[in-house]
Parts: sequence; C-alpha cells; structure tokens
Amino acid sequence: MTEVATPGLELQAERAESRRGFLLGLPAVVYLVVFFVIPLGIVIAYSFATRTRTGRTELRDWNLEAYERLGESVVRAVAFRSLWIAVASTLICLALAYPLAYFISTRKPATRNLLLVAVMIPFWSNFLIRTYAWRVLLDSDGLFTRVAAEVGFGDGRILFTNKAVILGLVYGYLPFMVLPLYAAIERIDWSLVEGARDLYASGWAAFRRVVWPLSKPGVIAGSILVFVPSFGAYVTPAILGGNKKGLVGSYIVDQFMDARNGPLGASLSVMVLAVMLIGTLVYFRQGGRNL
Amino acid sequence: MADTITDPTGAATATSNAVQLSGVTKRFGDVVAVDDLDLSITDGEFFSLLGPSGCGKTTTLRMIAGLELPTQGSVKIHGEEMGLRPPNKRPVNTVFQSYALFPHMDVRANVGFGLEMRKVDKAERDEQIAWAIDLVEMGGMGHRKPGQLSGGQQQRVALARALVNRPEVLLLDEPLGALDLKLRQQMQTELKNLQREVGITFVYVTHDQEEAVTMSDRIGVMHEGRLLQVDTPEAIYERPTTRFVADFIGRTNFLEATVAGRDEVVLANGDRLRLSSDHADGTAVAVTVRPERLTVHGRGQAPDDQHRIDGVLESAVYLGNAIIYTISIDWMRLEVRCPATLAGHRRSAGDDVTVSFEPEHASVVVG
Amino acid sequence: MAKGVARSTAEPMGWSKWLLRGHSALVYAFFYAPIAVLTFYSFNESQIVGRWTGFSMRWYGDFLENDNVQQSIWVSVKVCIASTLISVVLGTLAALSIERFRWWGQKAFDAVLYLPIIIPDVTMAVMLMVFFSETAEWFNVIPGVDLSEGLEKLVLSHVAFNISFVSVVVRARLTNLDATMEEAAADLYANRWQTFRRVTLPQIMPGVLGGALLAVTLSLDDVVVSSFVSAVGATPVSVYVFGMLRKGVSPLINAVSVVILAASMALVIASLVLERVTNSPKGPEEE
Repeated sequence: MTEVATPGLELQAERAESRRGFLLGLPAVVYLVVFFVIPLGIVIAYSFATRTRTGRTELRDWNLEAYERLGESVVRAVAFRSLWIAVASTLICLALAYPLAYFISTRKPATRNLLLVAVMIPFWSNFLIRTYAWRVLLDSDGLFTRVAAEVGFGDGRILFTNKAVILGLVYGYLPFMVLPLYAAIERIDWSLVEGARDLYASGWAAFRRVVWPLSKPGVIAGSILVFVPSFGAYVTPAILGGNKKGLVGSYIVDQFMDARNGPLGASLSVMVLAVMLIGTLVYFRQGGRNL
Repeated sequence: MADTITDPTGAATATSNAVQLSGVTKRFGDVVAVDDLDLSITDGEFFSLLGPSGCGKTTTLRMIAGLELPTQGSVKIHGEEMGLRPPNKRPVNTVFQSYALFPHMDVRANVGFGLEMRKVDKAERDEQIAWAIDLVEMGGMGHRKPGQLSGGQQQRVALARALVNRPEVLLLDEPLGALDLKLRQQMQTELKNLQREVGITFVYVTHDQEEAVTMSDRIGVMHEGRLLQVDTPEAIYERPTTRFVADFIGRTNFLEATVAGRDEVVLANGDRLRLSSDHADGTAVAVTVRPERLTVHGRGQAPDDQHRIDGVLESAVYLGNAIIYTISIDWMRLEVRCPATLAGHRRSAGDDVTVSFEPEHASVVVG
Repeated sequence: MAKGVARSTAEPMGWSKWLLRGHSALVYAFFYAPIAVLTFYSFNESQIVGRWTGFSMRWYGDFLENDNVQQSIWVSVKVCIASTLISVVLGTLAALSIERFRWWGQKAFDAVLYLPIIIPDVTMAVMLMVFFSETAEWFNVIPGVDLSEGLEKLVLSHVAFNISFVSVVVRARLTNLDATMEEAAADLYANRWQTFRRVTLPQIMPGVLGGALLAVTLSLDDVVVSSFVSAVGATPVSVYVFGMLRKGVSPLINAVSVVILAASMALVIASLVLERVTNSPKGPEEE
C-alpha cells in the first residue's frame, strides 16, 4: 500500500484559504489604495515639493522648506491657539461630562438607557446645523446674547471670539466625552466602594480613592476623542470664530486656496495627522475600542 | 493492509472500518496538538475519545469532520481517503459542543438545513424532519426558535439536525458538557439507546470518564496528543497499560516496582509479585490496584492465595454505602474501599492490619 | 450581580445628590435648548431672526420654492445613496476578509482601514482635492469617465471614508458571531456561498444595516470633504447651507436647518430602534 502521509496538503489548503480571503478584501484594498493611500502620498510629497513664483506646487527639487516654515511665528501662533482651544474644550467637556456620566450610570437600567439615548441623539444629529444653532443664539440680538447682557456680562457678545469657538466645540463633542466615561464608570464593581465605605472612607474619599482611579481609562479615552477633532476643527471656527483668528484647520485650507502655498498646507496637514495618530495610539493603549 | 485491525478486542466483530486514521499529526505552529495517531473505529460502534482538556481529542474529531486538515497522515471514512475534502463533502455530521444552532431559523428549518443543502425534495424533506424531531422527542416544538428552548432541548435539536442526514459517522464534541448533572445522566442513557436504534457509528469526545465508561463500546484515552490505550471500558478500567490511564479513570493505588523477568515484578519493599508484563528486566514500573479490589484484614488473617502487605490503619471515612480506609504501609499509603455492609467489622485508627488483593486484579503500568 | 445591592453606595447623599441631579438636568438642557430655539425661530414671521413677531410657516414655503436648495438636496440624496451602496458592499467584504481569513499584508490593510476614521476632515479634504486635481487627466483617459461633473467625485470621496466606518460596524457584529455556526453549516453540506447567504449574512444583517445608516448619516453630514471636491452645479445641501450661513443667520436657513435636523434625527432614532429590535430576547445569541 502507498504511503499514507500527506504532508503539504494542509499547507496547500491554507494557501487556498488565504488567497480566498485576500480576494474578498481586494476591492476595498484597491479602492483605499487609489482613493486614500495615493492621495495621502501626494500630500506628503507636496510637503517636500517646490512652490513656484506663481503659487503652483511642482513635484521636483525636494526640500524641507515647508517644514522649516512651521517654526515661523505666524504658524506657531496658529498652532498654539488651536492647541489651547482644544485643551480648554477638552477640560470643559470633562468637567461637564463626568458628573453626568456618573449620574447616568447610577440610575436603574431602564432609566439609564433612556438617558443614554438622549445623549446619542444630538451625537448623531447633523453637526453643521447644531453649530449653526449656536450662531442663532449668539447673534447680536440672539437669545443668549440678550440674556447674558441682562444678567450683566457686559454686552453679552461673544460671537466671533475664541470663547464662542470653545463653546461650539464643547457643544459638538460633549457626547464623545460622556459615552466612554459612562462605559468606564458603569463597569466599576460597586462592592469596592462599599468595601471602602466599610473601611471608614467618607463618600468623597471613596470616590477619590476608588471610583476616580477606576474610571481613568474612560477619562483618557474621552479626552482624546474630544481633543483630536477639536484640534483639527474647521466647521466650528468657520461659523463661530472670527476671521482674524484662524485655527490650524482653516489655516491649512487658506494655504491651498487663497495663499496658494501647497507645500506649507501639506506640511501642516502631515503635522495634524501626526498629532491624531499619536492620540489614537495612546487611546488604543488605554484599551479603548468603539467610538 | 488498509483495513486490518491492529487492536485485538475490536477485531473479533470488525469487518469494515467506519473511520481510519493513520499516522495523523496536527501541528498549530510549534504546538503539536495530535501526535502520530493511528486509530480504527469499527462500523456501528459507539467510540469515545477520552482525555483531559487540551489532549487533542477535539482536534482529532475536527480532522475527521474536515474542519481541520491534518499536517500529516491520512483520514479515511469507509475506506475512502478524505484528503482535502471540505466538510460539506464528507459523509459525516457533527454535534457541536455549543450546539451551533442557527438562531434565526426555527427548529424545523435547523433540522432540515442539511437536507435542503443536498437538494432533497420538499415532501421527502418534511417526512425526514418529522422523523428526526420525533426521534429526539421534540414533537410540537418545530416552530420555536433556538433562543426559546432550554439547553437540553437545544441539545436534542442539534442531535436531530445531524441525525436527519443519516451520516455514515456521527461526531459528537462534548455534547452534554453544558447540561446540568441530572439532565446529563438522563441524556447519556438516551444517547446510547438512540445509537442502537439508528445503528450509526458514533464518535464521542468527552473529558468525563464516567460518561465514556457508561456509553461506549470502546474508549480511546488521549493525553498530550497521543492515543495511550484503546479498549473496552472494562479493559481500560481493569487493565490499564499506563499510569496516566489508570489514574484518569477512577481512583487507584500505585505501588512502585521494578520488572524482574517476564512474570515477576519486585515491589519497593522487596516483595515479589507474579505479574506478567512486556517490559524489559529492570524497567521501573508501577503496580496499580483499585481501592475496591483491596481487602483489609486483621494482621495475619489474610488468605494465603492473595498478595498481602502489612500496614497500620490511619483513618476510616464513612461514606454511607462504603468506607474508605487509609492504610499506611512501610513506604506509602494505600486507599481501600469496602462496602459499608461490613459495618460490623469497622476498624479504628491505629489498628495493625494486613491488606490483600488477588494478583489478577493488579496491573503493571508504565509512565 | 452585586450591582443591585450596591447602587445605594454609588448615589451620593444629601446636598451633593441634588447638586448631581441639577447638573445633569442642566447638561441635558444644554444639549437640547439650542436645537429647540432654532426650531422655534424657524416659525418666526419676522425677517429678523432674533425678533419674534408671530407664528408663520412662510420660511418653509420659501424653502419649498427655492430651486437652489431643492437641487442641492437632490445632489445630496444621489451622492448619499450611491456612496452608501458602494461602501456597504466593499466594507462588508473587507470586514469578512479581515475577521474570517488570514493573509499576507492583512495587518497593514487593517491599519489603513482605520485611518479614514481618525484622520481630520480637513486633511482628508485636502488629500482628495489635491488628488483629483493631479490625476484629472488620468481619469479622463478612461472611456465614459468624466470627473468634471463633480457628482462622481463626491461619491468617490464619500466612499473613501465610509468603507472604514461600515467595516468597523460589521466587524463588531462578526466577532460576536460564533464561528462554529459557519462550521456547522459547512458540516451540513452547505458550500461557501450557501453558508454566507443562509447563515452568516442573516446574522450580521443588523451590523450591515447599522453600517449603512452610519454611512448615510456621515454622507449627509459631511461638509468639509464635500466642499473641497464638489464642482459648480453639484453642490450637496450641507455645502450649500454652509456657504449661506457663513454669511450670517437668516430665517430661510433656519427652516432648511430644521428640515435637515429632523431628517438626521429620524435616522438616529431609526438606528436605535433597529438596535433595540435585533437585541431583543428573540434575536440572535444574546446572553
């Protein structure tokens, strides 16, 4: 009788299976290579390219000029403004969201779901329109302005200032903070808190020593989820911010449109992308997953 | 030599093999899950693969089903080489540990799925579905979804879904594992009866030795990817050949010993015992005797034709239907199990005793 | 679970309990008040947004008569439908390919697939704008393709970010689907296509639909990418409204906004209902 051993068959089958999987993914692979990877490559190439006198970007004489220009005071000022606005929005979101997330996660399950849905609805509603709603409120004869003036905040006008931009960002991205915080706090084993109380911790001490440390992954995840889009924001400052005080997003757009400086716009885009990537990597390190 | 049976107990009745594995090895990266396994499963028998988790029994089953391909070796079903054949072209069906019922289909659609895939016509299909649902006593539940059934009921549906295809071999992967003890015992009997009724070869994977012993015609004991012993439940229990098999199935005592010639072993205390073994002179072995095969006597009162060892009674535990004595002998402790009907003869700790056993109740094991 | 017992410990006592409640109520007010005010003013009769002079539907009437708005809505709807269909098919295939197979280069693909989700709108917009301007001649070489119309560019761009979102949602569903279910189908004589059609697809359907709803939402929501790749004559409604409202508030935009907001909320609620239905006890293997 012939040799029964069949070495290689397993390998052969594995290869066929692996080929099948690749073919299944191939349409998406090709699509993303053409409409994402290549465009990204072009932008990166732009950042090393040459700008002609007429403002055209030509893919020759590779240089680092565009990156050197990132150090210029104008660019630095824009980047710094974006940074502190993003940090301020993140901290305000955290301050608003933490108590809310805590409140939601200590409700009965039915109430909890209802309260969560109430956070989700604005989360998925049209972002542009929600930002526009603030424009209506903050307008010179808008409700917010009149109430603020009435209460005694000067003339109550904050439209076209950084305050308005921060307000818009907080409004737009607050759900990004509430949801991961809720997920983290909801997971906490409350018997640990009981244990702490049993060991003579006051309510506040139990919170500070048990709940807060355990909810930290949520704090970090939420902060990154708010910080990242705030830093690259374009729509909010365009609607609520002043013309003079551009942020990174609009500055990039300006380089490609009015200023006709492709390389600088490209190098700024690469920088923003790098910030996002670092943020995302930290997020995944923290074990964050879903949006 | 493809169809010859290598193992003596199965040979008597075997005319054909339902499943034959020759030199089957499965590696997952560096891990050898199944190591050079040879096994013949006779047509119509209830065969169990028994072993602790991670011993390779499920992988073996999956290779028969075609859900895994062997790294090396051949799998034959009724003499036909399976090679690269995918699961849907193999004449076997599987009952999965998790049942894997399709949650979006009702019981009838689940049971009829295999027939539908094989393009059995509607009338014939309905008849077969009704037969299978009846067979597992699930009549009247045909329109329920799996989510609306209890664990035991789901198990029955999984069984019907496999049996309705009248496979040449039915593979069962710990099908009772998720059930509670009482239901499991009831299902053991039912499964055994069912197998007799339909006459299909069952290959049953389990880590529960009691389950394997109760149901199987033959058991193959696996450990670390190897098949250690294939035999009837009785033979596995009474005449284990390795220490692992003896230890895994039931409780037992091991007396360390050395082989001295074909018919004799020497115990650690120098006692000579007439026990035959195939091992070379001087091989370190163990003599294994089940606790219930040992008898306790007052010192010196044991019958002459049995093997005797003197010791001191250390403790006695009353179990209701039995008493467990722990007896310390020179170099170790022995466990003895006596029926509790001898309660009158109850002994107490500190008594000098003699333990005896019939030489044919002892086995020589290695490993 | 111990949770039921211990909730009492979690809830602060005394004044801090009321502080927490008050705060939460205020945050919810913060979420909904602007939307409510916007909706309210959209029914204002006055030309001046901030001055309430009386109830009127006239701005909704204006909206219905405004050809530009109507046209841009049609552009949005067309782009949305086309890009959703393409990205659902490609995204689902990608999800299956990653979750159910192992192949060389898969890790790299997986990483690239995440990028469109995290990349800032502005970067994506710049990338695609530059790409289309650099490659315009290449595309025009392909017979029957003319990207100057803008509609095609919008669809291509929306698919570029939606594939990723769809595949993430479908993958979440696939990881929760017990793979032995597919093995069982194969064991019961189903070939690969039958297994997919009869077992896998019905069970990942909620994920596929969820991904589709997400794609619809994102396509309709997108302003930045669309405004960079759209050409004259093919302006989606979001870009049209963005252009208008950068100039300032007007009662007409209020009405248009309320319509868009209502549509997007209807989508959210539809997806939440969908989730509720598929997670009900009769549905697939919930604990």
